[in-house]
Amino acid sequence: MARESEEPTKKKKKKKKKSRENKKTRSVLPNTRSKHDDDDAEPNRGCADNKIKTTKYTVLSFLPKNLFEQFHRFANVYFVFIALLNFVPVVNAFQPELALAPVVFILSVTAIKDLWEDFRRHRSDTEINHLDCLVFSRVERGYVEKFWKEVRVGDFVRLRCNEIVPADVLLLSSSDPDRLCHIETATLDGETNLKQRQVVRSFFDLDCDFNPLKYNSVIECEKPNNDLNRFRGYIIHGNGRRDALYKENLLLRGCTVRNTEEAVGIVIYAGHETKAMLNNNGPRYKRSKLERQMNVDVFWCVLILLVMCLFTAVGHGLWMFQYGDKRPVFDVLSPQGTDMSPIMSAIYLFLTMIIVFQVLIPISLFVSIEIVKICQVFFIHQDLDLYDEDTDSHLQCRALNITEDLGQMQYIFSDKTGTLTDNKMVFRRCTVAGVEYSHDANAKRLAMYQEMDSEEEECTSHGGTLPRRDSVSSHHSATAPPVVLRSHSTKSHRRTGSRAEAKRASILSKHTAFSSPMEKDITPDPQLLNKVNECSSQMDLLRFHSQPMSQLPSDLADIIDFFIALTVCNTVVVSSPNQPRHKVRVRFELKSPVKTIEDFIKRFTPSRLTSGSNSSSSSSLVTNRSSNRGCSSVLSSPSADSTLTKLEEEAMMSHSGLDHAFSPAPLCYDGKSWDQEEGELRYEAESPDEAALVYAAKAYKCSLVGRLPDQVTVELPHLGKLNFELLHTLGFDSTRKRMSVVVRHPLTDQITVYTKGADSVIMDLIKPPNTGNSKGKRQKKLVYRTQNYLNQYAADGLRTLCIAKKILTKEEYACWLQRHLEAETAIQGREELLFESALRLENNLQLLGATGIEDRLQDGVPETIASLRQAGLQIWVLTGDKQETAVNIAYACKLLDPEEEILTLNADSQESCALLLEESLHYIQAKFFCSSTEQAAKNFHPANLAPFDIYQPSSLSSSSSSSSHSTPFVVHRLGLVIDGRTLAFALDKSLEDKFLAVARSCRSVLCCRSTPLQKSMVVKLVRNKLKVMTLAIGDGANDVSMIQVADVGVGISGQEGMQAVMASDFALPRFRNLQKLLLVHGHWCYSRLANMILYFFYKNAMFVALIFWYQFYCGFSGSAMIDQWYLIFFNLMFSAFPQLITATLDKDVSAETLQQLPQLYMTGQNSEEYKPYMFWMNMIDAFYQSLVCFFIPYFAYADSNVDLFTWGTPITTIALLTILLHLGVETKTWTWMNWLSILFSVMLFFTVALCYNASCPTCYSPSNPYWTMQRLLQEPVFYLLCIITPVAALLPRYFYRSCQGSLFPSPVQVGRQLDRLPTETRRNILSLSKMKAESPLAHKTHFLSLAKERSSFSCSMTAGTNHSLASQRDEEADRRKPPPTLSDTTVGFYTEAEAPPYTKDPPPESEQQLAPPTAECPDQNASTPLLTHTHSVQLTLPPTGGSRCVKYTRNQEERLDHENVMLHTPQAPLATA
Amino acid sequence: MMASSYNAKEEDGHHSGAASHGGPAVAKSKKPDNTAFKQQRLLAWQPILTAGTVLPAFFVIGIFFLPIGIGLFVTSNNIKEFEIDYTGVDLDSPCYSCAKNFSWNSTTPCVCTVDFTLEQPFESNVYMYYGLSNFYQNHRRYVKSRDDSQLYGDLSSLKEPSKECEPYRKRDGLPIAPCGAIANSLFNDTLDLYHIESNGTVNVIPLVNRGIAWWTDKHVKFRNPGGNNNNLTVAFQDTAKPVNWRKPVYELDPTDLENNGFVNEDFIVWMRTAALPTFRKLYRIIHKKSSTTPTLPSGRYVLNITYNYPVLSFDGRKRMILSTISWMGGKNPFLGIAYITVGSICFLLGVVLLIIHHKYDNRNNSADIPS
Repeated sequence: MARESEEPTKKKKKKKKKSRENKKTRSVLPNTRSKHDDDDAEPNRGCADNKIKTTKYTVLSFLPKNLFEQFHRFANVYFVFIALLNFVPVVNAFQPELALAPVVFILSVTAIKDLWEDFRRHRSDTEINHLDCLVFSRVERGYVEKFWKEVRVGDFVRLRCNEIVPADVLLLSSSDPDRLCHIETATLDGETNLKQRQVVRSFFDLDCDFNPLKYNSVIECEKPNNDLNRFRGYIIHGNGRRDALYKENLLLRGCTVRNTEEAVGIVIYAGHETKAMLNNNGPRYKRSKLERQMNVDVFWCVLILLVMCLFTAVGHGLWMFQYGDKRPVFDVLSPQGTDMSPIMSAIYLFLTMIIVFQVLIPISLFVSIEIVKICQVFFIHQDLDLYDEDTDSHLQCRALNITEDLGQMQYIFSDKTGTLTDNKMVFRRCTVAGVEYSHDANAKRLAMYQEMDSEEEECTSHGGTLPRRDSVSSHHSATAPPVVLRSHSTKSHRRTGSRAEAKRASILSKHTAFSSPMEKDITPDPQLLNKVNECSSQMDLLRFHSQPMSQLPSDLADIIDFFIALTVCNTVVVSSPNQPRHKVRVRFELKSPVKTIEDFIKRFTPSRLTSGSNSSSSSSLVTNRSSNRGCSSVLSSPSADSTLTKLEEEAMMSHSGLDHAFSPAPLCYDGKSWDQEEGELRYEAESPDEAALVYAAKAYKCSLVGRLPDQVTVELPHLGKLNFELLHTLGFDSTRKRMSVVVRHPLTDQITVYTKGADSVIMDLIKPPNTGNSKGKRQKKLVYRTQNYLNQYAADGLRTLCIAKKILTKEEYACWLQRHLEAETAIQGREELLFESALRLENNLQLLGATGIEDRLQDGVPETIASLRQAGLQIWVLTGDKQETAVNIAYACKLLDPEEEILTLNADSQESCALLLEESLHYIQAKFFCSSTEQAAKNFHPANLAPFDIYQPSSLSSSSSSSSHSTPFVVHRLGLVIDGRTLAFALDKSLEDKFLAVARSCRSVLCCRSTPLQKSMVVKLVRNKLKVMTLAIGDGANDVSMIQVADVGVGISGQEGMQAVMASDFALPRFRNLQKLLLVHGHWCYSRLANMILYFFYKNAMFVALIFWYQFYCGFSGSAMIDQWYLIFFNLMFSAFPQLITATLDKDVSAETLQQLPQLYMTGQNSEEYKPYMFWMNMIDAFYQSLVCFFIPYFAYADSNVDLFTWGTPITTIALLTILLHLGVETKTWTWMNWLSILFSVMLFFTVALCYNASCPTCYSPSNPYWTMQRLLQEPVFYLLCIITPVAALLPRYFYRSCQGSLFPSPVQVGRQLDRLPTETRRNILSLSKMKAESPLAHKTHFLSLAKERSSFSCSMTAGTNHSLASQRDEEADRRKPPPTLSDTTVGFYTEAEAPPYTKDPPPESEQQLAPPTAECPDQNASTPLLTHTHSVQLTLPPTGGSRCVKYTRNQEERLDHENVMLHTPQAPLATA
Repeated sequence: MMASSYNAKEEDGHHSGAASHGGPAVAKSKKPDNTAFKQQRLLAWQPILTAGTVLPAFFVIGIFFLPIGIGLFVTSNNIKEFEIDYTGVDLDSPCYSCAKNFSWNSTTPCVCTVDFTLEQPFESNVYMYYGLSNFYQNHRRYVKSRDDSQLYGDLSSLKEPSKECEPYRKRDGLPIAPCGAIANSLFNDTLDLYHIESNGTVNVIPLVNRGIAWWTDKHVKFRNPGGNNNNLTVAFQDTAKPVNWRKPVYELDPTDLENNGFVNEDFIVWMRTAALPTFRKLYRIIHKKSSTTPTLPSGRYVLNITYNYPVLSFDGRKRMILSTISWMGGKNPFLGIAYITVGSICFLLGVVLLIIHHKYDNRNNSADIPS
């Protein structure tokens, strides 16, 4: 290059320019230009280096910084304040140093935790910083190995295959003959398909290897930002030429180079300025509902504390006052020897008491909660059921502190595509040129797969151990948030005869390229296939006779165009199976896409055109070149893989490298070898739709063979391979909702635009047919017919795409091209210009046809939805899909029931929307209101309140029913479907209340065509207005806002990238995992934490109250009989472990039962484990227990010679035992760890006490407990006290719990009882309950599945068995209770939908039929609700299982009510049925 | 349907987990370990509190507690105790004048005698207590007002007592030994007991003042300064006696060197602050002389009181208590009654639960499904 001489001057100029532009852009100069390799001369000094440091602290800054952060917590400040108060002499209650202990302990535990986390970050940082890469060194004139951290902006790095890109690198050279570099961006966005990156255009034509020394350009680009999909800039060459840079030129840090032997690039952004690092946000901090509730009670504790302090202070004042001037000897003067007035000492005492009673505010609660949550997260992580074998991914908890919120969800907002569905597209049917091809055979085949799926569920889920590529060292997890890495199978997926194998193959390939056999093997419609054959043979004929293609009949031409469009109009990359991820190199001529006008003119001269169309020639040149390159890289490639640990992968890669280099077969296909390989080509697409369409086209022998940036090779029957010169690709974007390619058709030489897009968009862009001629009429008919079919497809729940084309004349093209090129090179507003440019091209299209693609439901979605429903969760689906598709998917996943009515709201204006809402509200009222008011009146009667109505979602009852009992929101059997536009009106301030009123009374709500913003608005509206806990689940970028707004955001780590996962609190592999996450883990986490928090309050109150009672006997002087050491370490040590163990491991109900009885989830929804009254109940219990623990020793030692601490130590011991036993009463599962922890606590206390009491005879003033414990242990009274007091203290609670367990067990207790049954019996019962039969557990029937009773009840009516009408009425009232019935009605509907033989009446009739008996039992309502008990239950199950007979008798406890209800559910009639 | 599939899965999990441990191929998979702990399947005892399950516990507690309670009650009742209040509140009380004319600084001791009759003989060793009521020895500032290291014989503390002793730390520039409010308020009445035999002879009952304090207190916690220095006067020179004391600490028991100074057992007993405002402290022990005669035969006794200690200012009472003790300490029927009460309550609740169980708790037999 001769320009080197000019360089210095240019450089100076640039430097000046750089300093001027410093604010806006970044200029990158190559480091090779500096004189030395040392840092001083580095031209890009202002930029961050590649060393990353994600740690928060350094060795020096740790202590101050960490403390500063910890003091942001109010509680910590409070405790420090208390501790410091101890240093005030008049106030001090404890030894000041000792008083600091708890605070210091808590602070240091937190600090250690932070330190550990930080250390881990540091370790992973170091690991990453010390990864190797090849950097060009000026001194050595070659590439040398350097650590990542030594890479600097402006360095040239050489990347080899499978290496991870160390920084954001501008691609300057690639070994790939097409100047491409393939990268896998899984760590960034989770997409596993390969992406192509292009060498900067000006380096494109470089023949020889890239030499960094000769590089003399300056790169101007934007400042670092976090937008992964944007990179703008230009490169200024030595000669002053500018070239634009795109994101296609940039290799992002963290990506992996694939399929490219070698690439060289210059570092643009390094270290923390890389896009990957800028995108890397830490976990989020949210406050859970439980914690909010807890904070209220902490506040109450503070109040109690103040009241107690005040009481004591006043008491002390009065006590002092009563002595008047006769100062007793025991009332010590102030240190100054002066007498203190009662008022002054009362004030001092108030402060003292705050210190003494500080234990009441649980200092360790906050730390304990954090520890427990970490353990919970650990267990959720470890759950095998939340692990997806296919993707080797498990649940990720990204928000560590809202686990218990999972147990309190009330509304679920779900995305559809990719969340409910697989986002795995299967071609179903198409219409071409107005003729529909139904593909019946294909449908049958799909049905077969589905069947197979269900049959072989078990063998596939654990089918085989797949070779799996592990994450490439720990790198990913640190640079970018953890990412799902998919398996890359090395095998081809030929279908074999065996289904199991096919299935297995599908697992292998499922996630690599959207190509399970289901998607790949499309059975062509015979009719269409014939036509294609006919068409292509005719074309072949035409070509043979050199006749223009326009002679082809137009419908046939349309067919062939249709398939060409399917094949060409996409961004699918072809790879061959032997060399996965190595694209098939079929190259016939070297040519870049049209880039300049000159180029265009040059290339589009007629002579070129003819020669270009003759495509089956001249391929040798390129093949040679690429094989040479391959050869050279073989030597280096194995060593480059040093960072990869996965042997298999490595072997595969090196093997493929050899293959690639030495066997020419895959490189240049002649016809024969091609035919053999044909079936095994694999397509990798960015969106699953594309792959589906390409596979579909392939089924019609119109297969995509190769894709290069400038050409697409398509093989057609009879015609052989055709090369379509790819002039432009206008990529898909969501605003245009379409994509286009501009190609030069090899047969017709026409410049053709193929467009593929959403039907709504394409239909508008269709050239209005000229009705004048026959062709126009045909077009019109075609459009009309296609529209019809499109509607039909949508009705079948298929995703529709329209295919259209447009033929450009050269002049038109030239004209468009010019403006397009201008747009492309613009730096400012390029996106907008490109968008406009695309609009200019995509108009006046000619419709070819449409396709219907099925988006399959994920496994287990209907079941999951059903069980979540039963769990009392309202499920709303918010989707961007069109209404018809959405509705159909909703039906498919049982969200909507065919039985139920659907309200559809489609409005054009605000007014009409208001009107619609009004109408539907009226409709709902008219239809359901009469009954519901009647119901409501009953329901709000105390008779029906408990235990069922606890289920009433608190929000509903609080927001609506509390204000007016007349309008309870009953969830009806209604579905609401609303489209995006109407939603926009409905979300308006004036209408939102009405909208909510309508929506909440519907069982299912479906919002279609909603934008991401609307999604989040809906969630926000429901969350704020209804005050409910909301969960949003989605998988795509369009769900991010919704996920962020919801209380809990769940991301599906599916196929649409990682944005949703990044924004989420929890990331799941599949939708069905939601069931276990919520029903089991949510429930457990909630109940564990709720119980722990309650226990904490109890524990502290109980302990502090002991001292409070003592104040009455020590002249309210603030004296404590409990040694200050015990007092301070009681919470931190002696009683800390068992509660942590219990809070981590306790299972109230087994996972199995929780999943099978989703109704148990409602416990959490209604906050039943931790209701405000429970706090007070616990407080009362705590005060009672402390009274017992205080007064039994008090009386036992009354008027004896016991001294203060010899009396206090037994009290401490007793309190500890009581507290531990209390935990024992509340513990539901006793594992060895529980036993151990309790034993440990007791042992610890005695050991510490003995050591402490033996250690020093003079220390520990004032208690000076020398030998106290030792002496106590010799006294029988001590043991007698230790036995009786805990028993007496816990008696009421124990008795209450056992009575509760017998008389009015909570659903959870019933669930536990169910757990206890032998496995077989339980399964029978549960499966029976699944089959909507009556559960033999009367309580269960009673509490959990009312609808079951209902159905049994209605059959008993028809059966005419004698039973008390009162019970009917009771049942009926129960059944009709407001929102809580949601789950139950669900069950009921299924019952009806499945139409058991005995329920003949449609539901409404049966309701009415049941209504009359009301009058016959007027005193019914007076009954006390808690006392309905089942007296006896019998269940006879004939072996056939077809009919079930249940008899159970209920009666109410007589002493409280006088009602004897007998219900005999169908006996004989059913048995015969 | 759901049930079966779920169960199948779980079982599958078991064996596939086992398989995966064997296969090296999945060694690096992110698949969680299928261990009982990680899958939260630890073997556990899951008690369910219902009337039926809890019932035995109540009966067992009842059965266990009742005999203990009765035993304790009987033991306590067998303890003989005699108590006499000699405060002198009432006019007819012999100590009335002493109580009235009191001043801490009076040099002449006021002596009064109280006659009493023991109805029953005290057979075993008799412990003589003095009891104080309404005396808040547990007051927070009072409890702290001592210097343990001074009492431990630490010389530096002797000279420079702890700040906790304020305002009884120094007197006229000299350190107070023993310092602090507790020591300052030392109980200083002297009690002497005489038995008046039927023939009128007055026998002095020997009161032993050794062994009344804890062994560890006497031998570990409390030491005179200067070790085994026989001359306590020297050891305590340059110290002042507490404000309320009549005599310095080294004259507490001049007769017995082992019982003088800080190791005086009366002093040690006093320094162990009582837990409650009404308390007693061991004063003397009356040892049993022979196995045949009771320690204190029934009959008339005279209690000779050197009345020094004022309690009327804070409405306190002074008592003299004679008591025998058993294995469970002094006379206190409370524990026995408590055991009996709790035992019977448990029994009663057990019966209630039995009824509940019988009436409502028979769901277990409902569970079997004839097939």
